[in-house]
Amino acid sequence: MAEKVLMSGNGAVGEGAIQAGCRYYFGYPITPQNELTAYMAERLGELGGVFIQSESELAAINMVFGASAAGARAMTSSSSPGISLKQEGISYIAGAELPCVIVNIMRAGPGLGDITPSQADYFQAVKGGGHGDYRLITIGPASVQELYDWTAKAFYIADKYRNPVMILGDGFLGQMMEPLEIKKIKEPKLSKKTWALTGARGRKANKIITLMLKVGELEEHNKKIQNKYKIIEKELTEYETVLTDDAEIILVAYGMCARICKESVFLLRKEGIKAGLIRPITLWPYPSEIIRKISNNVRYVLTVEMSAGQMVEDVRLAVLGRCPVYFYGRMGGGVPTSEEIIKKVKKLNRKD
Amino acid sequence: MKKIFGRPKSMTDKPFHYCPGCGHGIVHRLIGEVIDELGIQDRTIGVPPVGCAVVMYHYFNVDMTEAPHGRTPAVATGIKRVHPDKVVFTYQGDGDLAAIGTAEIIHAANRGERITTIFVNNTVYGMTGGQMAPTTIVGQKTTTTPLGRDSRLIGYPIKISEMLAITDGSVYIERVAVNKPTNIIKAKKAIKKAFQVQLEDKGFSMVEVLSQCPVNLAMTPKEACEWIDNTLIKTYPLGVIKDKSGE
Repeated sequence: MAEKVLMSGNGAVGEGAIQAGCRYYFGYPITPQNELTAYMAERLGELGGVFIQSESELAAINMVFGASAAGARAMTSSSSPGISLKQEGISYIAGAELPCVIVNIMRAGPGLGDITPSQADYFQAVKGGGHGDYRLITIGPASVQELYDWTAKAFYIADKYRNPVMILGDGFLGQMMEPLEIKKIKEPKLSKKTWALTGARGRKANKIITLMLKVGELEEHNKKIQNKYKIIEKELTEYETVLTDDAEIILVAYGMCARICKESVFLLRKEGIKAGLIRPITLWPYPSEIIRKISNNVRYVLTVEMSAGQMVEDVRLAVLGRCPVYFYGRMGGGVPTSEEIIKKVKKLNRKD
Repeated sequence: MKKIFGRPKSMTDKPFHYCPGCGHGIVHRLIGEVIDELGIQDRTIGVPPVGCAVVMYHYFNVDMTEAPHGRTPAVATGIKRVHPDKVVFTYQGDGDLAAIGTAEIIHAANRGERITTIFVNNTVYGMTGGQMAPTTIVGQKTTTTPLGRDSRLIGYPIKISEMLAITDGSVYIERVAVNKPTNIIKAKKAIKKAFQVQLEDKGFSMVEVLSQCPVNLAMTPKEACEWIDNTLIKTYPLGVIKDKSGE
């Protein structure tokens, strides 16, 4: 096994990007992701890459647009209020089918909120924070190692599907330090970016366009990208299950909350309560199938989030009334504890 | 028979969609001629604006991308940083550059991005039907200043070229016009110089082009061209605003 280093989640995202060959980073300062921006400034300086601290989030996401249009692997990162500002660019990038990676280390809102962790940007990420019918591939890692692994993989996914990918972490994951194995990145070969803007030498000029004025043209383009989304749903959905085989009650949580829920499941098992966990890793595409399947055999499902209840809507859509779906959440920087979750389960068991 | 005049090789044969008397077609052609003369068609990448010139990419045989409204210089920055050996230009109107994209153009200029900006100032929002632009002059009637621009209510025409000239990253900024042949000749010289500044890796260059929009000025093409000479240049005098390309 390779040597391990102690690294923050924010640093792990940066190193994952570097190892995936990202040499273009554009960002604007915001807590709790500043370590990532600083990491990219240092590493890209060493490697002769490009780091620009932009004048705004709008400029940062559009520099990513330009770098991606030029054929490069490019990344930007921010936290919730900054990600709101990037939504215009994300819609254009999705419409133009440009690959890139966007990192959101979520903090509590609404408004300026607080720099404390949160998962309240789930709707914005997976339901389309910008205008138009588009999908943002969204990954919810749950450890420093996963932040590294998935950020590296995100560049491949983005290039493969010509689609933006979001790494959806939170202030907790971004700031905490854990041992990290910096694995060498191996990825399947991808076809050349023949669509990229490199100067029209010996070929027809390439044009990157989202404005489509001819009757029916935009509808056809929409159909094309919706078909792509169907393929992504089929090929990309990932999740983890913990003790679900004989489970009578199922917890569903992602990211930091999933780690807390995992502990809760083990503690509940010690008390003889047959609990299990489904952890969606891809948040879009969403692992509805496994939730649907398991919901046939359990008494109820409990979704736990650091929000007022956002992902729980996707859980309800997956369960479709096969069993009750309950919710426990904390907001505004509050983080659920395993004690709180166990208490909630016991209360539901009495009610059930 | 000797051919003495034709379409620049860097342009397509697609007819312009612009209104009768509009200056965009002239500015496009000047850019096409300059690209041909500098021999850079196969290494030029353009970023048109949101506005009347949004579909400029149909008219050029060079790689081009759309950009969100006003973010044109940020998109161009991303491209140029990936391809420092290519020639990257933005083409922006007064709304795109001097209103919604003010931050992007100031910081691109201040960073000394090696890009060239062609800034077409016709004092109105053309595509959306003639609203007030940041460059609309005091007293000028538009659909959103029906009584004329009142400086007490909505301020003054912005002098963005002069503003950009005080940034240390800008190297060459000139204001020209395309309302008559003598000015058009000077405009072409300025555009060529702006591209040359980029080719010599000196810094940010921009040419502001005063252009006529007869439809939205509610004038005949002839009147619109005369209005530039008689009225507009009092607010926006022509000439070199900054040139440190020799330094």
